[in-house]
Amino acid sequence: MIVGQGVLRGMLVTLKTFFQTYPWGRVLLRAIGITPSEGLVTIEYPDVKQQHAERFRVFPFLVYDKSPDDLRCVSCKICEQECPPACIHIGGPAKDAQGRPLKVYGRTYPTEFFIDTSICMSCRICVDVCPFDAIEMDNAYELSAEDRKPAMLLDKAALLKSNEYFQRIKPEEAAQVDARLAAKAAKAAPPQAPSTPSST
Amino acid sequence: MTSLDQLFVSGKAAALQLAARVLPEAVIPWLSILITIGAIAALAPLVMMYLTWIERKIIARMQNRFGPTRVGVYGLLQPISDGVKMLIKEDIVPRGADRLLHTLAPILAVAPAILLFAVMPIGRNMIAADLNVGLLYVFAVSSVSSYAIFMGGWASRSKFSMLGAMRSVAQIISYEVPGVISVVTVIMVTGTLSLVGIVEAQAARWFIFTPWGFVAAAIFFLSGIAEVNRTPFDMPEAESELVGGFHTEYSGMKFALWYMAEFLEAFAVCAFMTTFFLGGWHGPAVPFWAAALLLAVLVATAQRLPVPARAVGTLILLGAGVLWGFEPIPSWMWFLTKTYALIFVLVWLRGTFPRLRIDQLMGLAWKFLLPLGMLNILAAGFWVVFPFPAGTLVSLGILVPGAWLLVRANAPAPLAARRTYVLAD
Repeated sequence: MIVGQGVLRGMLVTLKTFFQTYPWGRVLLRAIGITPSEGLVTIEYPDVKQQHAERFRVFPFLVYDKSPDDLRCVSCKICEQECPPACIHIGGPAKDAQGRPLKVYGRTYPTEFFIDTSICMSCRICVDVCPFDAIEMDNAYELSAEDRKPAMLLDKAALLKSNEYFQRIKPEEAAQVDARLAAKAAKAAPPQAPSTPSST
Repeated sequence: MTSLDQLFVSGKAAALQLAARVLPEAVIPWLSILITIGAIAALAPLVMMYLTWIERKIIARMQNRFGPTRVGVYGLLQPISDGVKMLIKEDIVPRGADRLLHTLAPILAVAPAILLFAVMPIGRNMIAADLNVGLLYVFAVSSVSSYAIFMGGWASRSKFSMLGAMRSVAQIISYEVPGVISVVTVIMVTGTLSLVGIVEAQAARWFIFTPWGFVAAAIFFLSGIAEVNRTPFDMPEAESELVGGFHTEYSGMKFALWYMAEFLEAFAVCAFMTTFFLGGWHGPAVPFWAAALLLAVLVATAQRLPVPARAVGTLILLGAGVLWGFEPIPSWMWFLTKTYALIFVLVWLRGTFPRLRIDQLMGLAWKFLLPLGMLNILAAGFWVVFPFPAGTLVSLGILVPGAWLLVRANAPAPLAARRTYVLAD
């Protein structure tokens, strides 16, 4: 055993790391027969953004299908009750002067819908409990604002995002949700148009 | 090419000549002193600022990071931004601290670090004061910083500062001994204490290429790192143990002054290492055209490189060999190149090694470096007395077995493969 072998080996490791972070250093390392490993791993955040996994989630949004008034939410308030930090507030469902529920596209709808960004803990429980797949998790994470209200207290207009957006940011999950909704629609369809056994 | 070599010297002379036309005769020597002091006082903070940048960049690259990138191109304005930040920060003095000493300590730390620049032979004729006891001056002045550190640690009235300061004094005093002893060999061989004399003695051969010089350089560099409290010998400011060590209670510009002292001393260690062992302002004593030819042949026959790169590299090296005849590289450039290369080594060591334990630190100084330095004096003596082949062989014959014995003697006891703990019944 040569004295100082470990010291020299350690120093060579750091020197190799130093060189492999430069393009010319990588050329140099290859020229002397060393295969450089990955090199710089820093993602320079404001300039370059990291590619997140599909399951990456930050803050919920409300899904609408064709137009912003065609939202899936029926104002059942399950998410409001389940939300652990209680950051959701739902007003509604919308009613007319006689107290009968108003419907758009055959569904009741909330008059107001607030989620407080500064309280939400990104737990996704609201998404799990929603029977209508009306609320989904977004992956936009630059949510900082200069004041808490109203900028961080998002209202219904700010929360609404289209199903196309959902399909774009989370293709796999959106496909599952769409399949589930299609199945539900197919199951809901027969009673409205009953088919007689004789007709087949 | 002497004009480039003497650029700064002749620049100063020209300025003095201009001044002599308007100013009385008696003022000119004072003006000369003022110019030199002004240059050092202006350049020292600049050197320090960019040392922090260099260090942060190199360390970052060794850890697969970028280092400073946001302020200016490649983060080049980062030191200035840091300086402004330090200036506008609140200066906090702990309650119960000795206010006078607390303020005085960082100033006392920076002063000797800048004083060291006075005897730095940066180039041919480029030395502020060629003292005939220059080497003694270096060690005398650099050891003042231990007073400053202890003063700062004591005045802060904080346990961490106090512990850091005590460690620092123990460490600096311990490492000064092998440091001085290693340089004794240089004095023996050159017979002078003047730094210019030492550099001129290395015109034909850098001392690091002799057996005793190599050992002395290693001892000097290690003790130098320990004296300026840098990783892996940064016991006095061990973040993980002592928060900040002696500068725990410092903030704002006083904290910046501590850092300035530390970086300037690190620069001085590298500069004096260059002066004592790496030939100072001399280029390599090997005829460069021979080296260039050898490199050209090596590049031309390198199988791994692509053919155009080989052709271009060979031509460049041959051209460099021809150019060398005109001595294109000025002496101050050689000195600064070697110094900054050593600074790279300093940062490289910091990027590689973890901090030593205090007993390992003291053991290295007293049980390894000190006896090796003593042996080295003997080896240097033989090297001086005997002519070339015999002297080198005898000093090698002393140093190699000596170093081996010291390593064996200091080897840690092997751990028992299995420890048995006897617990109380």
